[in-house]
Parts: sequence; C-alpha cells; structure tokens
Amino acid sequence: MTTAPDGERGTTAAAPMSQPGPAMAVPPPRQRRSRRLLKRFFRRRLSVFGLVVLLLILSLAVFAPLFGSPSRNDFGAVLLGPSAAHPLGTDDLGRDTLARIAYGARVSMQAGVMATLLAMAVGVPLGLIAGYYRGWADLVISRFTDLLLAFPFLILAVGLAAILGPSLRNVVIALGISALPSFIRVTRGEVLGLREQDYVAGAVADGAGDGRILSRYVLPNAISPLLVQATVTVPEAIIGESVLSFLGLGVQPPTPSWGTMLSAAQTFLTQAPLLAVWPGVAIALAALSFNLVGDGLRDTLDPKATS
Amino acid sequence: MTTPVTVRAPQPSGDYPLLSVQDLRVRFATEDGPVFAVNGVSFDLRAGEIIALVGESGCGKSVTAMAVPGLLAPTATVTGRVLLAGRDLLELTPKELRAVRGKEISFVFQEPMTSLNPAFTVGKQIREVLQRHEGLSKKAAQARAVELLQLVRIPAPERRVDEYPHQLSGGMRQRVMIAIAVACGPKVLVADEPTTALDVTIQAGVLDILRDLRDELGTAIVLITHDLGVVADLADRVVVMYAGRPVEQAEVHELFAHPQHPYTNGLLGAVPHREQGVELVAGRRLAEIPGLVPALRSDPDECVFAPRCSRRTDVCTSRRPPLEPVRPGHPAACFHPGEAS
Repeated sequence: MTTAPDGERGTTAAAPMSQPGPAMAVPPPRQRRSRRLLKRFFRRRLSVFGLVVLLLILSLAVFAPLFGSPSRNDFGAVLLGPSAAHPLGTDDLGRDTLARIAYGARVSMQAGVMATLLAMAVGVPLGLIAGYYRGWADLVISRFTDLLLAFPFLILAVGLAAILGPSLRNVVIALGISALPSFIRVTRGEVLGLREQDYVAGAVADGAGDGRILSRYVLPNAISPLLVQATVTVPEAIIGESVLSFLGLGVQPPTPSWGTMLSAAQTFLTQAPLLAVWPGVAIALAALSFNLVGDGLRDTLDPKATS
Repeated sequence: MTTPVTVRAPQPSGDYPLLSVQDLRVRFATEDGPVFAVNGVSFDLRAGEIIALVGESGCGKSVTAMAVPGLLAPTATVTGRVLLAGRDLLELTPKELRAVRGKEISFVFQEPMTSLNPAFTVGKQIREVLQRHEGLSKKAAQARAVELLQLVRIPAPERRVDEYPHQLSGGMRQRVMIAIAVACGPKVLVADEPTTALDVTIQAGVLDILRDLRDELGTAIVLITHDLGVVADLADRVVVMYAGRPVEQAEVHELFAHPQHPYTNGLLGAVPHREQGVELVAGRRLAEIPGLVPALRSDPDECVFAPRCSRRTDVCTSRRPPLEPVRPGHPAACFHPGEAS
C-alpha cells in the first residue's frame, strides 16, 4: 500500500504521547489508517453531500411508519397538491405520497443492497477461482462472464425478471445476476495482480494452503476495488428495480415502490404532474448519493492518490 | 567490500547432514524450449552451519534455493534428492510439503518492501504461522510474536507488533520477515539475498541477526548472495556456481586463501581491496571477467566457463570437467586449477 509520507511522522510526533527515554527512537503510533482515510474522505465536499443524502434516504426507509400508512385511501382527497396534511400531496386513490415514498425507499434500498450482496456473494468467489487457478476454470468462468456482458444490464434484468415472475425476491435475483459479471471481472483482475505479489510467494514458503492464501492474502488486498464496485452497483440496481417495477415486472401494487408510483403517475401526468416528480426525484437522489459516495471511496482508497 | 576473512573453526559434524542436496537439476519448459537452470548441484549442510551459494546473476543460485523447499513454478522439472533430516522433500505430497514449509525449513526473500501482506499488522502475520504450525492460542502466539521481534532486534516490539508493514522501514520489514521465518524454530533457513535490497548499515545488522540465530538456535542457513563480503563475514562453506553448475566448493577461509577455479579467481579479483583503493589513480579499473553468462539452452559436455577463460585449452571444450578435489576437501571443476598468479 502507500508508504506514508514523512511529514505525517512529524505531525504526530508532536503529540503528547511520546515518552522520553529509550522509546524516543520509535515514533509514536501514527494515526490509524482508518482515521486517515476518513479524513481524506471528508475533505471531499460532494462525497459528504452524497453521504448526507444517503443517510436521509436510509432514515426515511427506517422510519417510514412515522409518515403514516402508504395504503390508506381517502377518496375525498385524491390527486391533491402539497398541503399540511399531505406534504407531498396524494395520489389517485387519495394515498399519502410522502408515506408511499418512504415505504418505497425500503423496497428500493432492499433491492439495491440485496442484489449487490447477491452479486458479490457469487461473483467474488468465481473471480477468485478464475484469477488464482487460471487454466480451464478461468476459461469457463471468463467466457460465462463474456456471455452475460453481451447483454446490456437492464435488458438482461428485464429478461430474467420476465422469466422469474414479478416479486421483490425475483427482482433481487434478476438484478443480482445482471450485476454478476462486473464483480467477476473486477475480482479476477485484482487477483491476477495479487497472486504474483511477493507476500503471496512468502505465504507459500511459510506453508500456507490455497484457501488460506485466498482468504488472508488475496481477498483482503482486493477489498478496495470491490467496495467501489459495490457502490457503483447499488445505484444501478436501485434504478433497475424502478425500471422493473415501472414495467410491471417487479414489485406489484399496492406495495409502494418508486417504480410503480412512477408508472401509476403516468395516467395523471396532466392533472397532477408532481405525482411523477416525487418518485423520479427520489430515484435520482438515491442513485446520485451512492455514486458520489462511491467516487469518494474510490479516491480515498486509491493507493496512488496524493495526500 | 573490505570485510576481512574471518576464519571460524568448523562445527563438529553430526552423524548425518541435516540437509543433503544431491545432484539437484532444474529444467524449465519455456516457449523457446528447455532452459537448463541448475545442473547437478550437491551440498551437505550440518546443524548450525552456514553455507553460501555464490555466483553472478543468472548462475542458478536462486533457482537452487527455491527448489529446496519446492517453491518453483510448475513449469520447472526438478530431479535429484533434497534430504531434510533423511526425508526427501521432492517426494512429498503438496500437503506434507505445506507442513514442512515454515516449520522445518523456512525461506527469507530478497524483497523486504513487498514480502509482507499490507492488509494485516506484522503481529498478525507472525501469529499466523505460529497458530497454523504450532497450534498456539492467539494470546500465546501474540506473546511469542513480541519475543520474536525482540529476537530480531526491533526496538519497542510490543508497539511494533501492532503496526502495519507500511509503517516500518525496509530494514525492519526484513527483520520481520526473518522473525516470521524463524517463528517455528526451523532446522534450515534459506535466505535468498537477504541483504541485497538494504542499505549497507542495515545489512550489517541483518547479518548479525542471522549469525545470532545460528549461534543461539543452531539454525542451519543456506545463504544465497553475490556479495563476497557477506560470504566472508558469515559463511562456513561456499559453493561457487556458474551457469547452473557448481564449479568450486570449499571452507570459506580455504576458498578465499586458495581459490582454484579461474571463475572464482575472477570473482575475487573483481572485489576492491583497500590497498588497491589507496593507489587507485588515473582511472585504474577493477579486474573484470570478460564476456557474459551463457544462455542455458543446453547442458553441454564441456566446460561452460571456457569461452570466458584465460586458461582455456583444447581439453576444456572436449569434455566436462569433473568436480574433483584439487586440495584436501576442496573440489573444483577445472582442468587447469590453481590460484591466479
């Protein structure tokens, strides 16, 4: 990884921790790596903005019940604009839009995170095997990856969702499979470089077996790019969930989802255009916040980055 | 290097050698055909003995070292025998070999900057081998890790043990590497140019540590180096290699005092001496050996050094010079042995 610049030693050496006597020869422990990385992250304003938005959306999802029921209809108050009782107005069945956005955040976050975790759970081991063992295993896995990559992300997801049938679980599976190839690729690429590292040769010389080498020496050093890949995949999956739900291949009404809300709003675009704006803004903000955080992570974890 | 040749009494020999390498041959399959990297290296190593393999780049000394614990890539074909305490390492299954590596025979690599796992603290990396080979608890292993850092003379070991490799200097990382290598008290330590990547002041410290390990733990060491100063400083016996073949073998003081092979003479002649330094005027050059190490595309039945040799005669290219004693306990593979005039 990065060798810390000497300037840092200087700054922390001034800390009151340093003791006189024989310990003088050794600089006091520098800031832990995690602390330094956090500092580097928080220097990026856009990423911090992304993080704040992300936390807002997450709290919206967690505290959704506070915003009222997403399915209680009130036919006396349909297609209303924003008011004190309904901050974001109501839809065609008189349901509160804010409550539905909040519950929709649950679905979107679940779909985004679960699909990404699924893709990692399957893609990372496959990438490890392909990159570490090479040979026919690599051949099979890489051609399979090429096959999946031949289809654009959303086309593949739509196709898979159509086959699997509409439900949140199937949306997660469809999106997870669609996101699989990028994780295989990223992992394999990292492993190809890491397996040649001297410390891997050293582990072999110390008598470590393949499993231990992969889990202790290869995977931990491939974490940064995988983390970044994850933050790219989550917003993709969030948008993907919305698209599938919009097309009726995802979450089914009356369960609120940003995609189904957008789809329902189409009919009333002339009477209540705001009905389409809210879920659209929610999707855009969710995707944007993840991307900004991901950008920040990438720059923070990049060993070649300055400072 | 101006290190004086220290003459050390040879260690009392045991019943059988601890490590016995017999007629080791390594051939690599490449796209351009086979490469004959090591051609018939043999040496014995007793407990507490330090043997040095010397030669210039590409002479096969590193390949020999790697072949001993079976660390070469699958493209290598290794034949011969590598007996560690009577057991042939070349015959072991991968699983048996894993149990031997790091426990009975350890390897120290040349590159201290990149040979430690950047993801974990040095303490965790030392614990790793201890927990795997010795079955120590985490706590016991941690205590032992601190002891080991102390053994390799790292200051404030109880603090260093929780630091990451990037927080340590190259010399300290090399010492951590040695600590990991000797953690399980191996019988044999193979050190491949352990000081080459370090600067001179730190080199001396690392050599001292190796010497201490030998003296205190009785570890036998196979030292790979091209630095004759290091050899004179540390080794008991020397194997001089050229183009994959052993060309001369002797006790260290015997070799330095009475080099027989013209290649050894050339190597020693290329080392600057203090007297020479004083009269180093008007661009006087150090002696050099003309020519280059040949590509090891074949293992011909002739003297491989002949093209670069000043003593060359017809016999040199007619057959392979046998490695036979020319002085007591001092074999050299040359038809015209003798010290340089």
